[in-house]
Amino acid sequence: MSSQNNWMRNKDGMGIWEHRGKVAVAGWGQSYIDRRWDGVSMDRTMGAWCIQACQNALDDAGLSVTDIDGIFTSKETRLEQTWAPRPYFDPPYDTEDGLSYVTGEWIQKQMGITNAQYFENNAPPPWGLLPLAAQAVGDGLCKVALVYYPMGNYEGRYGHNNPNNFSDDVSGPSAFSVPWGYQSGAMMNNLIIYKQYCRRYNKSHDGLAPLAINNRRNGLKTPWSFYSLHEQYQITMDDYLSARVIMAPLRIFDCDRPVMNCGAYIITTAERAEAMKQPPVYILNHATGPTIQRSTFQNLDEQQEQCAILAKRMWEGSGLGPKDVDVFNPYDGYLTFVQQYLEAFQWHGVGLGEAHDFYADDIRVEGPHPFNSSGGNNGTGRTRNALMYDCIQQLRGQAGERQVTVPCDIAVGGFGDMTMFSKHPS
Amino acid sequence: MPKPNPIPDELTQPFWDACNQRQLVLQNCTKCDKLQYPPKPRCTTCGSADDLGWKEVEGKGHIMEAVVIHDSRIRLLREEQPLNFAIITLDQDPGINFLSNLPGTTVGEAPVGSPVELIFQQTPSGQLIHEWQVIS
Repeated sequence: MSSQNNWMRNKDGMGIWEHRGKVAVAGWGQSYIDRRWDGVSMDRTMGAWCIQACQNALDDAGLSVTDIDGIFTSKETRLEQTWAPRPYFDPPYDTEDGLSYVTGEWIQKQMGITNAQYFENNAPPPWGLLPLAAQAVGDGLCKVALVYYPMGNYEGRYGHNNPNNFSDDVSGPSAFSVPWGYQSGAMMNNLIIYKQYCRRYNKSHDGLAPLAINNRRNGLKTPWSFYSLHEQYQITMDDYLSARVIMAPLRIFDCDRPVMNCGAYIITTAERAEAMKQPPVYILNHATGPTIQRSTFQNLDEQQEQCAILAKRMWEGSGLGPKDVDVFNPYDGYLTFVQQYLEAFQWHGVGLGEAHDFYADDIRVEGPHPFNSSGGNNGTGRTRNALMYDCIQQLRGQAGERQVTVPCDIAVGGFGDMTMFSKHPS
Repeated sequence: MPKPNPIPDELTQPFWDACNQRQLVLQNCTKCDKLQYPPKPRCTTCGSADDLGWKEVEGKGHIMEAVVIHDSRIRLLREEQPLNFAIITLDQDPGINFLSNLPGTTVGEAPVGSPVELIFQQTPSGQLIHEWQVIS
């Protein structure tokens, strides 16, 4: 299904989403977060965290394993390495499944999900995983979907054990990028685009500081976050400005923190969700933008165009517009690309080149512009789920210390795929 | 600076062979009259595989933007960091861009917007690889 991309709403002119308000999120659950797996503790493996997150999501929705008939996940766990060639363990950790990724079949067996009939193991990260599952439920492929997304981090410096990064040779498309130092499009291409952005709009890289600081603040208001669990301190402007430079001008606080964890969701029909434990969070649309990139690196014009098309498709499929969105959680794995989504979606009227001024205003959750109220990856650790959880929690009124004080009926979260959530079905 | 060795495959062999002849050749779709880089199996505009050929281009460009790598994950480059990392647009078609470490330019002082010219560097395997140098 996902491999064919036929779940995507990735064309102009598709009209209002056919399942608008008929699919809902009924539960979510987060596992404990470790910085890394130590390779020894079998109760802290990726598989163990997946089980914990899935059970938490079931509990949140008030369901048991027998209610689940579809299981959706992704193998993009960003470990950048396999457990092999290190020796495997006793079952169920006798293959990569359970250690470096966790399939639906593995979860089904470990949790005894006997009624699961529909499986999708190759979905994208949460910004695509949730809409993929929502589309499947809307299309009738399953009725109650268990959806989970693990992220992994083994011992050692992140990425340094990626085979592509310590080889003397490089082949395929990478031969046109790695020899000059390319290692991550998310990091490097977006940094180049960000520098173009700063040059075009006469901005300084330091303009990201208020966003980094506010993200950490929101992360510390999130009980399950990596920083709440392990590093309970707020960063300051001085911390940001004096932070270690990874790739000038990119600082460590512009980057998310790789962690070991899993997040999970229950997605079902609106009708079923209304009979479950929690207030349903309805899905009004999902939209996928194009990738516009002619050559080795995308440039600022290309990125702005693709984000504008994504926003246009969101408005078309939902029948709503920028002024209707109360909570906005764009992905923030690197802070350098967040402004593209903020400006394309014109959230709170922010136009091209205006993101830094907006960050410098009041973006606290208790203020008038509670931007990225999740804290994102940047403020909670690299779960890639915080942005989605927050949309759910804010609409339910269950965000605790992060609960926004502005009226909250519509939330949008995602990245190249965006999802619109709503307190109401229409 | 030792760069990882590019390993040619069926698609990219003509490109790397041309580098060894100190020539820069790009894919060119004769149907669209459009250059394409890096090489791909089909024209990204019209989808044709049959109309893609190779065309030598002039080694002149400009620095579009640049950053400095301080903490690379790539083992061979860690020994050389910090190092410049720049994007070069091709004068003949500015929609085409290349990566460069700007050899000869002081780290952190890449003159964005300045003209550059093509040079070739040898990787440890003996393969020549395209690079760009600021025109002094």
